[in-house]
Amino acid sequence: MDEVLLRSLTPVVLTVLVRRGADFAAAEDAVQDALVEALRVWPADPPRDPKGWLITVAWRKFLDATRADAARRRREDRVEEEPAPGPAPAVDDTLQLYFLCAHPSLSPASAVALTLRAVGGLTTRQIAAACLVPEATMAQRISRAKRTVSDVRFDRPGDVATVLRVLYLVFNEGYSGDVDLAAEAIRLTRQLAAAVDHPEVAGLLALMLLHHARRAARTAPDGSLVPLAEQDRGRWDTALIAEGVGVLQAALARDRLGEFQAQAAIAALHADAPTAEETDWVQIVEWYDELARLTDSPVVRLNRAVAVGEADGPRAGLAALAALDGSLPRHAAVAAYLHERDGDLATAARLYAEAAHKAPNLAERDHLTRQAARLNGRLKTRRNARRNP
Amino acid sequence: MAKYLLLKHYRGAPAPVNDVPMDQWTPEEISAHVQFMHDFAARLEKTGEFVDGNALAPDGMWVRYDGEGRPPVTDGPFAETKDLIAGWMIIDVDSQERAVELAGELSAAPGAGGKPIHEWLEVRPFLAETPSTTECPH
Repeated sequence: MDEVLLRSLTPVVLTVLVRRGADFAAAEDAVQDALVEALRVWPADPPRDPKGWLITVAWRKFLDATRADAARRRREDRVEEEPAPGPAPAVDDTLQLYFLCAHPSLSPASAVALTLRAVGGLTTRQIAAACLVPEATMAQRISRAKRTVSDVRFDRPGDVATVLRVLYLVFNEGYSGDVDLAAEAIRLTRQLAAAVDHPEVAGLLALMLLHHARRAARTAPDGSLVPLAEQDRGRWDTALIAEGVGVLQAALARDRLGEFQAQAAIAALHADAPTAEETDWVQIVEWYDELARLTDSPVVRLNRAVAVGEADGPRAGLAALAALDGSLPRHAAVAAYLHERDGDLATAARLYAEAAHKAPNLAERDHLTRQAARLNGRLKTRRNARRNP
Repeated sequence: MAKYLLLKHYRGAPAPVNDVPMDQWTPEEISAHVQFMHDFAARLEKTGEFVDGNALAPDGMWVRYDGEGRPPVTDGPFAETKDLIAGWMIIDVDSQERAVELAGELSAAPGAGGKPIHEWLEVRPFLAETPSTTECPH
């Protein structure tokens, strides 16, 4: 069974129900029920018209739920009649769904969950597994999110930037369990790019494609992190890179630069280098300058310091770093890297150990601990050589 | 979306404001305390922030490997000085501020006289299992 096809039909079916007069929360529940039934029935008995099947079943689920709800008995008359099939939903409807699920009144976690369910067509169980929380908790998170947006007008356009932030969060949730949220984020961003003509949507899509292209090379078979410079570039997905670069170039040509396009441009320059040594760091620094103008984020300036260290030497990188707040996440890791490049192994080893202590996840902590151990090993060998010449 | 562990201590934490041992409470006060803990977990499930939680018995022992073919070595009961965990709750929240806010509410659980215990709770962020999807160039 083609689960991706099933999921891609979700927003279409949902908007059909909403246009027939169902309120969003009830329609969304009905579509979810229909999806769960499709997952059960389709493998043995695939429908000839999957979309028609889903609309029919979802509508029936909606009617059943409405009927079962005694308090809503009066409404029954209004929805009892099977309505004439409306025209195919316009792409604008799907776009409205993105806006609603990323509505600013929702917390980031709720917006992510609602987007994955209502736009992505994932089941509550899958979303819970991907976010490593119990299914009951995720079910509550989603119904609460739906209550939060229940008064939001479905026909009011929203801000694309909020949608992009949510999709980027989904992308960064990564992959755990059987649901690949990075791939799902790409699918949803692709779908959004088809519905709306916006250079930053293209920029985000390009950024995701370019990062995703390196995924296989980013971890060793034992699960440890492989830094960019040490990655086997032969394992990068050239088709994804070509697509990402193409999407980015078309966006940049429109001369409406934004944060995601600038980030994608940096990712593209890395992807473009046949070896780490051939990376065009000077251009990367220029893009970081551009990015700093657009966002003024300390994280950007931290990454810029790394790029400056590569373009103009570690001393220049350390000078750029000196201007930044030492409590920034990954500050110690960057300082360690630049000190090692500058030949000060003792300081680098100490900073790597400090960075490991502050690492936000296990893979990074193990990686940084290994870096500290590697340098401490070299320092020990050096001391022993001095003692026994 | 980050997970935090809220740890409650039998001992090892700084003294709470309402520092009366539980066995000195009235049965009603104990019931009110237990009810508060249940309600707190139920409320977090409703807000979509609850992951897991449980209480631990105060008894336990140290266990370690003692070499191939030998049974593990055990040592116990714990010394009076050992920091002792009484229970834990895992929450999945949007920010550290939210984790602190919830821990503060949990610390207000009623104790002797039905007044908040003001007990010190340990709040520990989880190290995420998976690395982020993007990397820094170092």
